[in-house]
Amino acid sequence: MTEARYDRAPGDRPSREMQASAPSPLFVYTTGLLLAVLLTATSFWAANTSLLWPGGVTLGLAVLAIAQMGVHLVFFLHITTGPESTNNVLALAFGVLIVFVVVVGTMWIMVDMNQNMMMPSPSPMNMQMQH
Amino acid sequence: MNISIAIDGVPQDTAPSASEAGPAPKRVVVAYGFWIFLLSDIIMFAALFASYAVLVHATAGGPTGAQLFNQKTVAIETACLLASSYTCGLMSLAINSRRYFRTYLGALITFALGVAFLALEIREFASMIAIGATPQRSAFLSAFFTLVGCHGLHVTLGLIWLAVMMVQVAVTGLDATVQRRLLCFALFWHALDIVWVGVFTVVYLMGVSP
Amino acid sequence: MNLLGKLDWNAIPLHQPIIMGATAFMALVVVAVLGFITMKGAWLYLWREWLTSVDHKRIGVMYCVLALVMLLRGFSDAIMMRAQQAVAAGGAQGYLPPEHFDQIFSAHGTIMIFFMAMPFVVGIMNFVVPLQLGVRDVAFPTLNSVSFWLTASGALLINLSLAIGEFSKAGWWGYPPLSELQFSPGVGVDYYLWSLQISGLGTLLAGINFVTTILKLRAPGMSYMRMPVFCWTALATNLLIVAAFPVLTAVLAMLLLDRYLGFHFFTNDAGGNQMLYANLFWVWGHPEVYILVLPAFGIFSEVVPTFSGKPLFGYRSMVAATMAICILSFLVWLHHFFTMGASANVNGFFGVMSMIIALPTGAKIFNWLFTMYGGRVRFSVPVLWSIGFMVTFVIGGMTGVLQAVPPADFQLHNSVFLIAHFHNVIIGGVVFGLMAGYNYWFPKAFGFKLDERWGKAAFWCWFVGFYIAFMPLYLLGLMGMTRRMQHYADPAWQPWLVVAMVGTVIILGGIVCQIIQLVVSIRARDKLRVTADPWNGRTLEWATTSPPPAWNFAIQPRVSGRDALWSSKQRALATKDEAPARVYEPIEIPRNTATGFVTAFFAVVIGFAMIWHIWWMAGFGVLGAFVTLLVFAFRRRREIEVPADQIARFDLAHQAGAAA
Repeated sequence: MTEARYDRAPGDRPSREMQASAPSPLFVYTTGLLLAVLLTATSFWAANTSLLWPGGVTLGLAVLAIAQMGVHLVFFLHITTGPESTNNVLALAFGVLIVFVVVVGTMWIMVDMNQNMMMPSPSPMNMQMQH
Repeated sequence: MNISIAIDGVPQDTAPSASEAGPAPKRVVVAYGFWIFLLSDIIMFAALFASYAVLVHATAGGPTGAQLFNQKTVAIETACLLASSYTCGLMSLAINSRRYFRTYLGALITFALGVAFLALEIREFASMIAIGATPQRSAFLSAFFTLVGCHGLHVTLGLIWLAVMMVQVAVTGLDATVQRRLLCFALFWHALDIVWVGVFTVVYLMGVSP
Repeated sequence: MNLLGKLDWNAIPLHQPIIMGATAFMALVVVAVLGFITMKGAWLYLWREWLTSVDHKRIGVMYCVLALVMLLRGFSDAIMMRAQQAVAAGGAQGYLPPEHFDQIFSAHGTIMIFFMAMPFVVGIMNFVVPLQLGVRDVAFPTLNSVSFWLTASGALLINLSLAIGEFSKAGWWGYPPLSELQFSPGVGVDYYLWSLQISGLGTLLAGINFVTTILKLRAPGMSYMRMPVFCWTALATNLLIVAAFPVLTAVLAMLLLDRYLGFHFFTNDAGGNQMLYANLFWVWGHPEVYILVLPAFGIFSEVVPTFSGKPLFGYRSMVAATMAICILSFLVWLHHFFTMGASANVNGFFGVMSMIIALPTGAKIFNWLFTMYGGRVRFSVPVLWSIGFMVTFVIGGMTGVLQAVPPADFQLHNSVFLIAHFHNVIIGGVVFGLMAGYNYWFPKAFGFKLDERWGKAAFWCWFVGFYIAFMPLYLLGLMGMTRRMQHYADPAWQPWLVVAMVGTVIILGGIVCQIIQLVVSIRARDKLRVTADPWNGRTLEWATTSPPPAWNFAIQPRVSGRDALWSSKQRALATKDEAPARVYEPIEIPRNTATGFVTAFFAVVIGFAMIWHIWWMAGFGVLGAFVTLLVFAFRRRREIEVPADQIARFDLAHQAGAAA
């Protein structure tokens, strides 16, 4: 398929699958599906349960979402940490960093700025609707 | 002095490292380029997510997420998209082993599940608009429709792409170019499911928790 | 249902003589150029060799031509503004009414950033990077063509706004609520938005292309730490493009949704939040300025070692500094709106980050200085631009770090001190770098050098003119003058603004010198002819002929160290061996295609239709673009094979010339 000695296309299966000991690709996809279903079901449960405090729900949902994204990356997109996948992982890491900066930075700035807006109100964003 | 001859008469070290291996094969180049495009697309979604998070409480006296969202519909949509990701993976296996019937079958099921997802989403949007929860009602609704709608637009474009690819497979067969393009499609389709994980978590689940 | 949407004859601003004059002049130039091409019978040649080309060298040249043409349009906006401010003191209103003045400053910024600096930078990267990497073309040649033509489409739309309709009056950032439908009901903001969305897509695609090229397509043996520094800065730049432009796409799309479909992202009512626009715009906006300046730094890293006859000092620290700037540029954006009301913690964080980002640039300056120290510096035109840059950019950088202190910025924000600062770094950094690169690589692209005397005259006019034009603005900013003033009350400001006007005229002289330089050089091109390596260069592009053939290198070069060409030259001189006979093989090059040009045509159709609310036409444009994509996707013959004997003949013919 590719010269996996140096470089693997993102999405291509690792070349060691050519060896007998590697799990079959069907097994990999199916495991990924089952894990994803499990994580999704857990997310829906966490959102509706009264067992967790509200902050815990948000935290739990975030963790479950990140875990499921990881499942997709590993089982469906075959992202590994092998040397032939380094470029792919670095690019992904760069993207994740930028996403983090954009989302967290925006939220930090906007919440901070809205708090400094004059009218005290229960919900900072509703202030413009106080006619 | 003959410059141009000199540069390729350079003695090479044995066993060059990965970064010295020279230009990569076309499959790697194309897929990597598409990978970078996907990262840029995800950054665009990040901007939309950030906007949604900022505007989520700006309901302007109108309906909130908790009042509007139906978790059952979302669960079915999620199941459809996740299943379509799985069948897309199966389609990729069929392509790699050049099995035409399984390729078409995988594509068909992926397509059908994608259409089901879109149908449910359009129905959800229509019902919201019918009760006056339009994107013009409040900033929150604008952000909701844009974020979820942008994802839905990507799914639509993906389905069109899949259909065109199947025509290409029928016309040209599974040659190297078509295989590369289908690899890119698979990357795209799996990435859309990853974005959807973010959407259903942040928009629907975090929005409806009491 | 009006078939032409909002478009009618009133769209042509007949009641505004200055605009009509400018339009007439533009039309005249267009007709003259088209007539000239027709007279020379060059349409077929132009179509086959340039408009449908997917060759990175041709595309690079076209980008630079676009940039230089738009420089004239952007500069005429500048000189009009300077003239207005020079006279509109006390009660005087000047010659530009506010509605016109507002369009001029909006167009000036938009054109200079998006349609002068960006295309110039992308054009030079296009031309140079594959040659320096020792490969035949970029990763996606057809996509490269599409990128160029989408950028040109955006430029066309913005030029159309002069003749049909109006341009935005909301500045080059388009802040709401001014840019919302309620306060800008006309088509101006729509021209701005669609032109930027279309060209923004082109730029994003180019970013993807170059990241892939630099990371996946390099000559054998060229590891990362053997790449020329220009390629490192190109990598950082294109990573920034890939990371930042999607945010611009998102935020402009949100404004478009507000304007076209009545959404409430940034409106005054229903919960809209205008600060969100400013925040997201500058998330893009700050990386953008590094996208502009990093390639300029790369150009200096090529010019300075070549003309000092020494390797670049501190290669590793240059690479580290470049990648540090790449990451840091994403952590400073709030300094564009310190005064918008964030708390001290937030302002403080971004203030500190903005100061930290000056450090890697400082390291680079020292590296260039140490490269020159101990070398035999030839004061060619590119070196003059480089030295001018070092002085000017450092001053501009210092005023930047000054404004990174939030309390200081509260005094200076949106004053002309800020204007002076960013022109200081953009002209001193980006423009000077581009002019150095233009003079440096022109012989490689066209086979003959640019006239040296007119080049030096141009430099001195730009350099002196810049200081006379912008140093007064620092003073005026401290005296309290805000930016974008169509008229002002305080007559004490006027003398300084007149001085600034004089400086602008001197810069105009510099531009005129550059035009003359080009004309004179073309006329004297036989006397100015060069071979492969006119400057005794160090990197692989100087191993090809001038201009290089379509396939760049007859045989794939193999690299074993930094400054690949230099070490090969030294080795060849030392060994004086008879080089082995070369074995030529046929080379496949991608076939030219009209895909880019036709895509651009439909992009213009879509943009124009959306601006004027001609919905059927927009639909037609979308359909046409889709069909174009299908035609490209289904084409069978994608490559041309250049036969080995053609390559052999070319190579041997030019070796005879090089050996002489």
